Amino acid sequence: MAAVAERVVAGAADTFARRHRLRWYEALPWAAAIAGYFAFPDYLALGAQILATIVFALSVDLVLGYGGIVTLGQAAFFGTGAYTAGLLAAHGFGAPVLGLVIAAAAAALVGLVSGVIVLRTHGLTQLMMTLMVAVMLSAVANKANTITGGADGLQGMVVQPVFGLFRFGLYGNTAYFYCLAVLFLCWLAMRRIVHSPFGRSLTGIRENEARMHAIGSPVFVRRLVAYTISAAMAGISGALVAQTTQFVATDALGFERSGNVLIMLLLGGIGQLYGAFIGVPLYMIAQDRFAAIDPVYWYFWIGLLLVLMVMFARGGVLGIVDRIGALIRRRQ
Amino acid sequence: MTGAATPPALETRGLCKSFGALTVASRIDFRLARGARQALIGPNGAGKTSFVNLVTGVLKPSDGRILLDAADITPLSQAQRVKRGIVRTFQITTLFRGLSVLENVTLAVSERLGSGGDIHRAAGSRRHIIDEAYALLERLALHDEALRPVKELAYGRQRLVEIAVALGLAPKVLLLDEPAAGVPSSESGTIVETIERLPADIALLIIEHDMDLVFRLARRITVLVAGQILVEGTPQEIAADARVRQVYLGERAHA
Repeated sequence: MAAVAERVVAGAADTFARRHRLRWYEALPWAAAIAGYFAFPDYLALGAQILATIVFALSVDLVLGYGGIVTLGQAAFFGTGAYTAGLLAAHGFGAPVLGLVIAAAAAALVGLVSGVIVLRTHGLTQLMMTLMVAVMLSAVANKANTITGGADGLQGMVVQPVFGLFRFGLYGNTAYFYCLAVLFLCWLAMRRIVHSPFGRSLTGIRENEARMHAIGSPVFVRRLVAYTISAAMAGISGALVAQTTQFVATDALGFERSGNVLIMLLLGGIGQLYGAFIGVPLYMIAQDRFAAIDPVYWYFWIGLLLVLMVMFARGGVLGIVDRIGALIRRRQ
Repeated sequence: MTGAATPPALETRGLCKSFGALTVASRIDFRLARGARQALIGPNGAGKTSFVNLVTGVLKPSDGRILLDAADITPLSQAQRVKRGIVRTFQITTLFRGLSVLENVTLAVSERLGSGGDIHRAAGSRRHIIDEAYALLERLALHDEALRPVKELAYGRQRLVEIAVALGLAPKVLLLDEPAAGVPSSESGTIVETIERLPADIALLIIEHDMDLVFRLARRITVLVAGQILVEGTPQEIAADARVRQVYLGERAHA
């Protein structure tokens, strides 16, 4: 009897301690990315955009899904990264990896400074504050059109080969694998963060901020760190898009970008790390297909898809998977 | 009162708090001895919750001082006070509802040991933290439900998790805000027993409405009325006090 009890004891704590171990299904996105490369060689440009946008969605998942910070202004950091990489490449500093690093740092700085103000507010006020930061940056980019090119876009970006070896060519091979490699690194970082005590404490803040204060957690600092990391990741995404398309315009900072990424994340599932990997391809491929089939009303079909999702599939695709899994377990 | 040689675990001197014209604490001189089993009672709106919020640092006092082990902690933040050992539970269960019972307690232990902000290692690799949290659940007989989300537990069990999270912070002073509130009487016995078995070195202040529970757990009772301490004494003294009967017990009898 005692032996049985002991095994149960070890069981619960062991299961808990093993949560961060890799599972087989975590290899699926990467297998799909490699398979996609061979299956759709004509769509590598779209593929690269999808991969870069997954990085963007991951950045939103960190603050929204884990930190519980509702943001409508994530494009502020995406745009900062895009313009930083763009301006660097337009002024002779076209080494892509260096551009990424500097873009991440610039976006992190904007995240840190704006976060100090934004994160002092809550609820609707906070939502509006995040929006304001993006709107203000967008206005600045528009006003400074001699530097940024304004709505017409930044001219004259020259992006050098990756590590001086891999040229960004016409077929998009380099862009695809460049984005895939960066996404992989961002996923590794993100995975490490959400499974760390820091990441768990973010979840605690999302679940019950009052109790986190009451267990002595420096809630504001935790949120600010998360916000800054998230901004850096969004900046990397912006830089990826700028470098692979060799173009940046003010829509990089636009409200539509902040809104769309939320929709993509909702489609996939929020706060589960893999929602971004499902929602982004789903949305962007659907957008591409709908636009081809019905160029005038494609937004209507996206809207219909969303309405159905909200009515019948809360928690996105991952929510559906969870429910099916629970059903199978109950049968057994 | 215990001897003047040992300072009380917790003390407030001339503690005042008002919101505009509304005074919720008026010159409160309060002492909680080491290892005390004390109750704070008073009618609705007497300022009990405000007092808890002042002591834990949620509210800043308008005037007066708060001392922990004779050290002034008035300027400290809520988080800093928790690190010093002032811990509270909540009248309305305030837990991480979507997370497992073990996770709830692990978060607290992790914050206490200063690794709550650690970003480099997996939480699961901190085995000593998990083991400590689990041992705590065993002590409160919650370990069978360790991996269940808190929201799936019966309310009485959730109230125990509420206490487990607080114990994960190794409190010196523990403020229990109506620990059995909302729990059916069939389950409240477990909560009372749990409180009775708490380590003797923790100074306990129980904020409570339920007089049966107060008289069973407390060796001293402080009566708060309109933001002021009306009287303090042993349960017998309080039960016999005419003023207390009038403002508090009498009011209850009429209700």
